[in-house]
Amino acid sequence: MIRDIVRSFRECKENGLSLWQCPSFLFIVMGLINICSMMGVYVVVSKYDVPEIVVLSVCSVSAIIFSIGLSIIHGFEQVSKANKIKSEFVSIASHQLKAPLSGMRWASDILLSDRNKCLNEKQNGYLRDIQENTTRMIRLVNDLLDVSRIENGKMDIRENIIDVGKEAEGVVRELNSFALAHNAELILNVEDDLGLVSTESSRIRMVMQNFIDNAIKYTKKEKGEVRISLKNEDDFVMFIVEDNGFGIPKKEQKRVFDKFFRGDNVAKRQTIGTGLGLFIAKALIESSGGEIGFDSKQGKGSKFWFKLPISKK
Amino acid sequence: MNIKKKILVIEDEATLQKALDDVLSQEGFEVLSATDGIVGLEVAKKEKPDLILLDIILPKMDGFEVLSKLKANDKDTPVVILTNLSDLNDVQKALDLGATTYLVKADYHLDEVIRKIKEILCM
Repeated sequence: MIRDIVRSFRECKENGLSLWQCPSFLFIVMGLINICSMMGVYVVVSKYDVPEIVVLSVCSVSAIIFSIGLSIIHGFEQVSKANKIKSEFVSIASHQLKAPLSGMRWASDILLSDRNKCLNEKQNGYLRDIQENTTRMIRLVNDLLDVSRIENGKMDIRENIIDVGKEAEGVVRELNSFALAHNAELILNVEDDLGLVSTESSRIRMVMQNFIDNAIKYTKKEKGEVRISLKNEDDFVMFIVEDNGFGIPKKEQKRVFDKFFRGDNVAKRQTIGTGLGLFIAKALIESSGGEIGFDSKQGKGSKFWFKLPISKK
Repeated sequence: MNIKKKILVIEDEATLQKALDDVLSQEGFEVLSATDGIVGLEVAKKEKPDLILLDIILPKMDGFEVLSKLKANDKDTPVVILTNLSDLNDVQKALDLGATTYLVKADYHLDEVIRKIKEILCM
């Protein structure tokens, strides 16, 4: 409780709000004033047994509380405005970043294309590095754009009726070589007669990719195993990815779906990632009417799942 | 095929313009370029290209306006939007105005762009 309050104070500070504009501070002040004035009213009332005075003091206490309430609302508006400005900034900056990035990508495309054979192996290697890094940066910018859309409530998805089982098969096929490179095996198990769901196929593939990708990265170094299963559960299609890797430490579990969160393991193992994947995944699944979650024991492995409502059998 | 197909590229970013010009000419297309919307419209009227690549954020006249004017003059020439705006609203707006397809630059490699163009021109 106290830790929460301290954190919200810090958030106000980060958003550039003074103490008297900070909703949580004003709330505490209001609570204290409320208690004091109630005691004051009690004292007044017990001294003067006149109904007019009772009414008057209750009215004045209400007036004070009302005005503090107004400034709290104002404070909330300030906070949301600060957040909006931040998101807009991200969105504009991302669009501006995309232009030079596509220039870099296309220029290296030309140099790497078959037509250009005068480069030696080493030069080609460096060019591929440039291209890979450009791709990484583009992915990051796209993720940031998604985040700013989520925060502005503009995460629009183009819904279609899709077969999640088929999509999963496609994703697993694409990731097989990546798994092989990490000495992990992908085991896919799709229940028959799964039912169809309504969501955007490219985005749902992104979520599956993210789950499996994470599982491969965090699974055991030797003989890693990633089990992917799809099954029916009541009126939902359930997608589960289990690994036998490190697991997520208890103290980090609360923050797994937070923006920019990356576990301690990540830093130790130096994997590439932005910490935005699961945050975006959560927003996507929830905007399609589904649920997302995980189960993890340190040292034993993790199990990530999402479920989406079936729209057609 | 003896007659070279003509492609008009309306793009203000010099690097992208150069890259497209380079690759498209190597692929055997005749490439016309314009760096703003108004010049783009003029060239389109005069040269009657087989396909138009159109950016959205352009000086003088933006891509949406250029697109609707192009379509008013000549409904049949395919217009491919090649931009970095990726909001669903923008995509929908361009398709409603009659764009053949909508490609987000940063998400496409050059050879993929070429493949799309050839597909549209049935090559």
